[in-house]
Amino acid sequence: MNNGKNKTVAPRMRGRNFEKPKNLSLTLKKMFKYLKPFISVLVIALLLAALSSVLSIIGPNKLSDLTDELSKGLVINKDGLNNIIKDVTKTLNEEKFTSVSKNVLNFDLSNNTIVKINSSNDITLDDKVKFNEFLKNASNLSNDELLVNISNLPDSINKIILKESVIDNVLVSSSDKVSFIKIISDLNSKDNNMLMTKLSLFPSSIQKILLPDSKVNGTLITTSDKLKLLSLMGNDTKNTNVNALYKKVDKLPKNVKKQVKPKLDIKKIKTIIVFLITLYLISALFNFLQSFLMAIMSNKFAKTLRTKISVKINNLALKYFDTHSTGDILSRVTNDVDTIGVNLSQSLGSLVSATALFIGCVIMMFVTNWTMAITAIISSLFGFVFMSLVLGKSQKYFLARQVELGKLNGHIEEIYTNHNVVKAYNGNYDSSKTFDELNDNVFLCNQKSQFLSGLMPSMMNFIGNFGYVCVCVVGASLVINNYITFGVIVAFMIYVRLFTSPLSQIAQGMTSIQSTAAAAERVFEFIEEEEMTDESKITKKLDPKNVKGQIEFKHVKFGYDDDKVIIKDFNCKVNPGEKVAIVGPTGAGKTTMVNLLMKFYDLTEGEILIDGVSTKELTRKNVHDLFIMVLQDTWLFDGTIRENVRYNKTKISDEKIMEALKTVGVDHFVKSLPGVLDYKVKDNDSISAGQKQLLTIARGMIKDAPFLILDEATSSVDTRTEELVQKAMDKLTKGRTSFIIAHRLSTIKNADKILVMNEGNIIEQGNHKELMKKNGFYAELYNSQFKN
Amino acid sequence: MLKLIKEFRKKDFALILICIFLIVFQVWLDLKLPDYMSEITKLVQTEGTKISEVLTQGAYMLSCAFASLISAFLVGYLVSYVSATFSKRTRKTLFEKVQSFSMEMMKKFRTSSLITRTTNDITNIQMFISMGLQMLIKAPITAVWAIIKIFNKGWQWSLATLIAVLILLIIIVILMITVLPRFKIVQKLIDNINQVARENLNGIRVIRAFNSEKYQEKKFEDANDTLTKTQTFNQKVMSIMSPSMYLIMNFLTLSIYAIGAFLINGAGMYDRLTIFSNMVVFSSYAMQVLMSFLMLAMVFIMYPRASVSANRITEVLDTVEPIKDGDFIGDETITGQIEFKNVSFKYPDADEYVLKDISFKANKGDTLAIIGSTGSGKSTIVNLIMRFYDVTEGEILIDGVNIKDYKLEALYEKLGYIPQRAVMFDGSVNYNIAYGKNEIKEDQIKKASKIAQASEFIKKMPDEYDSNVASGGTNISGGQKQRLAIARAIYKNPEIFVFDDSFSALDYKTDYKLRKELKENLKNATNIIVAQRVGTIMNADNIVVLDKGRVVGIGKHKNLLKNCKVYEEIALSQVTRKELLK
Repeated sequence: MNNGKNKTVAPRMRGRNFEKPKNLSLTLKKMFKYLKPFISVLVIALLLAALSSVLSIIGPNKLSDLTDELSKGLVINKDGLNNIIKDVTKTLNEEKFTSVSKNVLNFDLSNNTIVKINSSNDITLDDKVKFNEFLKNASNLSNDELLVNISNLPDSINKIILKESVIDNVLVSSSDKVSFIKIISDLNSKDNNMLMTKLSLFPSSIQKILLPDSKVNGTLITTSDKLKLLSLMGNDTKNTNVNALYKKVDKLPKNVKKQVKPKLDIKKIKTIIVFLITLYLISALFNFLQSFLMAIMSNKFAKTLRTKISVKINNLALKYFDTHSTGDILSRVTNDVDTIGVNLSQSLGSLVSATALFIGCVIMMFVTNWTMAITAIISSLFGFVFMSLVLGKSQKYFLARQVELGKLNGHIEEIYTNHNVVKAYNGNYDSSKTFDELNDNVFLCNQKSQFLSGLMPSMMNFIGNFGYVCVCVVGASLVINNYITFGVIVAFMIYVRLFTSPLSQIAQGMTSIQSTAAAAERVFEFIEEEEMTDESKITKKLDPKNVKGQIEFKHVKFGYDDDKVIIKDFNCKVNPGEKVAIVGPTGAGKTTMVNLLMKFYDLTEGEILIDGVSTKELTRKNVHDLFIMVLQDTWLFDGTIRENVRYNKTKISDEKIMEALKTVGVDHFVKSLPGVLDYKVKDNDSISAGQKQLLTIARGMIKDAPFLILDEATSSVDTRTEELVQKAMDKLTKGRTSFIIAHRLSTIKNADKILVMNEGNIIEQGNHKELMKKNGFYAELYNSQFKN
Repeated sequence: MLKLIKEFRKKDFALILICIFLIVFQVWLDLKLPDYMSEITKLVQTEGTKISEVLTQGAYMLSCAFASLISAFLVGYLVSYVSATFSKRTRKTLFEKVQSFSMEMMKKFRTSSLITRTTNDITNIQMFISMGLQMLIKAPITAVWAIIKIFNKGWQWSLATLIAVLILLIIIVILMITVLPRFKIVQKLIDNINQVARENLNGIRVIRAFNSEKYQEKKFEDANDTLTKTQTFNQKVMSIMSPSMYLIMNFLTLSIYAIGAFLINGAGMYDRLTIFSNMVVFSSYAMQVLMSFLMLAMVFIMYPRASVSANRITEVLDTVEPIKDGDFIGDETITGQIEFKNVSFKYPDADEYVLKDISFKANKGDTLAIIGSTGSGKSTIVNLIMRFYDVTEGEILIDGVNIKDYKLEALYEKLGYIPQRAVMFDGSVNYNIAYGKNEIKEDQIKKASKIAQASEFIKKMPDEYDSNVASGGTNISGGQKQRLAIARAIYKNPEIFVFDDSFSALDYKTDYKLRKELKENLKNATNIIVAQRVGTIMNADNIVVLDKGRVVGIGKHKNLLKNCKVYEEIALSQVTRKELLK
């Protein structure tokens, strides 16, 4: 059923189109030619774009500096810690301890002392008894046992035996000595480690002697600080794990911590942050200025293009419009120019900044560390190869989708607009079948193109992560071997992301440049279309007021295509005030006559003389001034009735307009409209076809020229209005040399001359009688209507 | 929008549910990534780390990223499947609905609007579903999850993130409020410039004839100016968008680091490492939060457009067609008979009758002509016969049966309709003539074209009967289209021909020949001819003269000339009295 159905033309859709220009380099060259007036703004904008990218590359570097600064605060000064501990333990060795204990334990059991105790009045009898008992046993005891026993003596006695003394400038009281004895007497051995554990139990005076206040790197570290340090750390930091160590460090006395804990260089951090803020702000400002300038530039450019098209429309030969569709030209004015405008501001800027970013990134990476740079590039490239494969596929489906969607939309449009016939012929089965087929195709392309294009961000992400890991692994090995700092890795983590994003932007930019070029190509093609022949050398001019109205065709030869002549050697002379009827079946080429008379087309050979002057020697404008033209397609434009009737002649007064409307017989109608002459004519208006026709006749009356071209067709007008229109037409022909595309027999019969046309050519001429006598084409045409 | 959900099938919901699970999985993976990242960071930071440890974590991270990629693949596939099936199904439903519409509904919605509804609006919704669905599911999940993850890691950072999100949303809202309405205006302005250019192109001859090129150019320039101004303004405002987004992101990262510096400085050694790695993790989570809010904002920007489209579609789908199909499929007892019995008609919602009290009858083989001035209701009669509209009062009988009782398909089998504007379909000449029939009988087609006076020009076409006719028949003339349309009706071999002013595009000669051939070859068919030319109908068996919706005369040509003033008026405006009576 669908044989013969093959549609290849897909309607151009706005937005995503992957069109490619026929000649990219030429179009781009042309584009830059047209962009010349804007070149300074463009260069500034692109420079800003590049600068802004370059600035954004510095960002990560600085951020990595910041991270470095911060991470400096994470590691304790281990050497410092060990130094302090060494420093502290330096004073605390067995030698010192022995000498101190010797000093402390230097008890006095001389006879002098015994006498002194026994004779002392301050000592109770009880105590004296205890002392003497001790003395009795003393001889049997070892030195250690002796010491223990001494420590068990009453205080009053000890005060004398273990007299307080000053050791290393520290006063050690007898009670301190007693407690010291008690502690060390519990010790089984006297090695250093044992000592350390008991250090905190020692009386403070002893502690002071053993760990005297000292200055480490200029900071005073007191005995208690030292004690705390030793109790936390022991004297060995090598075998503890980091977390436990850091926990202990936190408990360290302030003065020690000061030495060990790393310091954040707040000043430096502040400088970096301020620097970054400025950097970000400037980069954003540049970026903003760039798109701001681009917006202004691209819109201005689009505007000039539109103006160029509009002016061009009026400078093209009519032939162009007869061979090109209105829709095609319109889509150049709107869609194509729009595409150029939008893409130019978006893609050109992002393309430049992406390229700058890409190149800058590569340079920065190599400057920072070439091993890492190679790692980053290779790991991302691997992903990009994969991605470009997917991208190519999805583009294919996008194109297919556009084509299929175009086909489907075409079918829908056809069926909807022809709804009544589809129904009346039960064509809905057929159309549903076609619809299903097309709908299925669209579905397939739709799904595939959407699926593939939807993958892009996820793949970009993965490539980013992949690069990240590669950079981290390689970076870590370099850090561990002390080739680079941690900050370099951080910088590369960001470089990898910075590096992957412009690549896809560049790819996108390229496709959008292509579609811009395709649009631009169409616009330039139109703008550069050959214009009508130059008339600047023509000096002759006929004043419409002085023209008598004679016209003569002399050996006129004409064809729309050079190789297909349709009017061959046409001769005819029309005198002032005569009426010429042009008749013939539809499609016989009656408008050709209009085209020739109005000099819309140039003759192939021969000439048309107006009052003896060849139209070749007159400008088109001059020729147009000599003719009133009222055609069948009543052309009213968006505007008031006044504007429509006086058209282009601004000096015409309202009275004159009303007069013309009255002559035509449409004044009552116009008066009934809201706003009268100010009434705005719009599409689908309450003004009927007949009234429109009357208004265009009135427009012709206002123009007042010696010649008239009139199309009588009134097929869409009801009977009553038709009468009005005909009367108005008759009035218009009065006193003018008229060419009438005739539909009424009365006009034809009353015409001074009848030109009979068929298949483009003028095949017969003469008046009604002569032609009937001839019994040729005209006679047949005339008779066919009523012959039964 | 919600109404359209009923177009989803159970399977779609199941797929969406799977999508949600996959997206949750994906979000989990995506949020797991920063953990590995910070683990790697920590490892690289601490002394004595072995490469193998970094490698292990890297492998974890990569497999995490890879799994996320796979699930993104799956989600992408499912979502594109769901949205493409949805659009396919909805488009089909819509298309069938419109096909079933009567002319009343077509007029109500306007053809061009129905076309955009079936094409652009569906595409809009599909775009929204495919992009929005993912974002709509993913964004909140990511946002909430990321927020939970970072919630306890430092209120200072959370506050900074909150402020960043708020600023982001405020900027978007402000931009949208200033720019969105102007986007609509731009659309109008583009239409406007299109309109001016179209005017210029359509009136090119008149413009040249009046030397008014400058006038038109000025008009265009004015439209061009306003368009450019509005568009420039929009783009200027929008140029704030991307720099400020970057600024917000950069500043957020920066403030997280600054806060981090402050916290680290104040903390003990043991906490510092934790704070540092928290900071690194937080900055990546904060970006996730920011991005998900950005995604949500996008969805909200896209939503209004999709919603408008959805409403336009549901409006069509919810329309109840007033013309109901009957179930009579016709029998052969009587054929070729048509009768109007006191038929009156007014358009729904209109007060005035277009047709009032029309009665006439035509039997098998009769030619009945209907004439009258524009607006007299001629074409309405045809529309009623074709049941494009239903009568308001009275009834129309075909072969003795009310047309409302016919199954539409059966009714149309009896009628050969040739509309005023000849309709061509994209396809060969054969396809166009045999339109609606399942088979192409070449000899029948040739016969029909001969009667319709079409064979001559068809033979001149490049591939004769296989030549392609462009959609809308742009590659053939009006008269040729008209003849093809007539051939189509003849090929159908109906009981009753309905010519709705179908001869107007033909010149007198062809018109005459055609009528002669019709009469000779289709003696058994009934003809209903609506015409403007008296010449076309003067030989009809019965002429109905209409004026302002009423029958003002009925009879034969000669009688009407004498008895009917309206008929006489029409006739005299076309030919002279002498010729009329010839």
